[in-house]
Amino acid sequence: MHTNYILVAVVALAVIPIFLWAYLMITERIVARTSRKTAGVLRPWFWILPAVSLLIIFLVYPVVNTIVLSFMDARSEHFVGLKNYLYIFSDSGMLVVLKNNLLWLVFFTAICLVLGLLIAVLSDRVKYEAVAKACIFLPMAISFVAAGVIWRFMYEFRPSGTPQIGTLNAILTAIFPKFEPKAWLFNRSTNNMALIVVGIWMWTGFAMVILSAGLKGISEDVLEAARIDGANEVTIFFKIILPLMLPTITVVATTLIINVLKVFDIVYVMTNGNLGTEVIANRMYKEMFNYRNYGRASAIATLLLLAIIPVMVMNLKRFNAEENNG
Amino acid sequence: MANKSGSVKTGWKRVLSAIPLHVILILICVAWIIPSLGLLVSSFRPKSMIATNGWWEAFKTPFAFTLENYAYVLTRGNMGRSFLNSLLIAVPSTLMPIFIAACAAYAFAWMRFPLRKALYLLVIALIVVPLQMTMIPVLRLFNKIGLTGNFIGIWLAHTAYGLPFAIYLLRNFISQLPRSLIESAQIDGASHPTIFLKLVLPTSIPAISSLAIFQFMWVWNDLLIALIYLGGTPDVAPMTVTISGMVNSYGGGWEYLTAAAFISMVLPLVVFFALQKYFVKGVLAGSVKE
Repeated sequence: MHTNYILVAVVALAVIPIFLWAYLMITERIVARTSRKTAGVLRPWFWILPAVSLLIIFLVYPVVNTIVLSFMDARSEHFVGLKNYLYIFSDSGMLVVLKNNLLWLVFFTAICLVLGLLIAVLSDRVKYEAVAKACIFLPMAISFVAAGVIWRFMYEFRPSGTPQIGTLNAILTAIFPKFEPKAWLFNRSTNNMALIVVGIWMWTGFAMVILSAGLKGISEDVLEAARIDGANEVTIFFKIILPLMLPTITVVATTLIINVLKVFDIVYVMTNGNLGTEVIANRMYKEMFNYRNYGRASAIATLLLLAIIPVMVMNLKRFNAEENNG
Repeated sequence: MANKSGSVKTGWKRVLSAIPLHVILILICVAWIIPSLGLLVSSFRPKSMIATNGWWEAFKTPFAFTLENYAYVLTRGNMGRSFLNSLLIAVPSTLMPIFIAACAAYAFAWMRFPLRKALYLLVIALIVVPLQMTMIPVLRLFNKIGLTGNFIGIWLAHTAYGLPFAIYLLRNFISQLPRSLIESAQIDGASHPTIFLKLVLPTSIPAISSLAIFQFMWVWNDLLIALIYLGGTPDVAPMTVTISGMVNSYGGGWEYLTAAAFISMVLPLVVFFALQKYFVKGVLAGSVKE
C-alpha cells in the first residue's frame, strides 16, 4: 500500500492549523456565552486543554504505567516484586551495560567540557572566531545516524599491507610506519572509546557555544585589572575565568549528563550493542522488541528516570528561585 | 630608543607566543571537518575506487567523480521516498507543538486559574523525563487504536514530547511582553483569541523561530521514536530509519551509504548555514532540554 502523499500533505498543512484555529474560536464563543465570572474560570482551562491532555496521555500516564510494569513479569500479567531490578544488578550482561554507561558518563562529559572550554577560550582570541566555531558546531546539525555512517567510514579497517581506506588507520600508518592497523569497532579494547569519540565529535559544539556565551559575559575590566597586576594568562584562566564560569559549566555538564544517559542512536547504528558495547537505552530496546520482556524493559527505563531525578529536582528549584526573584 | 626596541621585542614575543594558539585551534578545526569531508568526497566516487583506496586519493589526477551513487539510492534505495517521509513527519511535528504550546504558554503567562503553578511545575519536571519511560504504554495504546505505522501516531507522539520544552521556552518569552500592551488591547475590547493571534504570536516570532528550528532538527534527526512507533514499515520510514537499515544490510556498501547519509544531511546543513544565528539561540535557550 502506498502512502497518499498529497492527502497527508493537505492534512498536515491545512487541516491541522484550521482545526486548531477553529478550536480557539469555538471555545471562546462558548465561554463568552457564560457569565463574566464563569468565563474567567473556564477560559484558561480551554487554553491549556490540548497541551495538558497530550502531556497526560503521552507522558504522565505512561511514566506511572511503566513504573508499575517494572514490578510485573515479561507479559505484564503477574506481580514479581523486585525480580526485574535484581536482574539488572546481577546479570553479567547487564553489568557490562552499566559499566559502559559509566564509561560514557565519565569520558563523554569530561572531554566535551574540557574541549568545549578550550575551544571557547582559544577562539575568543582569534579573528576567525566565527569560522572556527562553525566547524566545531556543524556536527550538531546532523543526525546520529549520519554521524554513525561518517565514523564507520573513519574507522574502516583493511589488513596491514593493503591500502587503508579508513581515515584513522591511514593517518596512523602514515605517521608511524610500525603501526598495525586496528579494527577499532571490533576490538573489545577500543570499541567503546571509538563510539564515545563519535559522541564527543557531535556534542563538543554544544558545550562550546554555551561556554563561549558565558565567557563573553565576563567583564573585560576584571581581566584587564588582573593583567595590570601582572597576572599571566594561565593564572587569569584558573583564578578568575574558571570560578566565574562555574554556574555555566554546571548547566552544560547537567545537559551533557542527561543526554549521555540516554545515548542510543550511535550504538544502534555502529555496533548494535555487539562485542560488549551495549548501553542502557539499547538494552531496553532489545528487551522490548527482541525478547518481548516488558517487565525488564520497564525496569531498565525506570533506572534511567531514577538517574535523572536529581536533575529534575534541580530544575524545579532553579525555577522556584527565579520566580521568587522576578 | 631602548624603550622602543623593548616594545618591538614584546610585539615579536606576542606574535611568537600566539603561534601555538593558532596551531592548536586550526588542528582541532581540521580534525572536526575531516570526517564530514571524507563522507562528502566519497559519495561522489565510483564504487570500485571507494573500496580500493582512500578518499583523499580522489584529488589526484585523473579525477574520477560520479553521480551514480546518488541516482541509485534515490531511485532504487528508497531514499527518495524516505526524504518525503522525513519531511511529512517533521513539518507537522514542528508546527503542532508550537501552536499548542503557545496557547498553553499564553494561559500560563496571562491568565489566573487554580493549580496554575502546580501544572507549570509539572511541565518543567516533564522536560527531562527520558522518553524510554513512555514507550511501552504508548506503543500498546497505538496498537490498540491502530496508530502504529502511520503518520498521525508519530505526529502526536512528537508533538507531545516536544510540548514541555516548547511551553517552557514560550512562556518565558510571552510573560516578558509588556503588561500595558495586553491590557490596552483588552480595554479596546479585543477577545483573547484576537490578542493571541494578532498580538502575542507576531511579537513572539524570535522565540518561535528558534524553537521551530530546534524542534525541526530534533524530529528530522530522530531515529528511536520513528523505529518504535513506525515499526520499520518502508512505506512510512524516514531517512534515519532507512539508512540504519542500509547499514545493517549492506555493511560495507560505502558508495550507497555515503550518498544516503549525505542526502539526509543536506536539509539540516542548509538550515544550519542559513539560520545559524537562530539555531545557536535555540541551543542556548534549550540547554535544559531533555
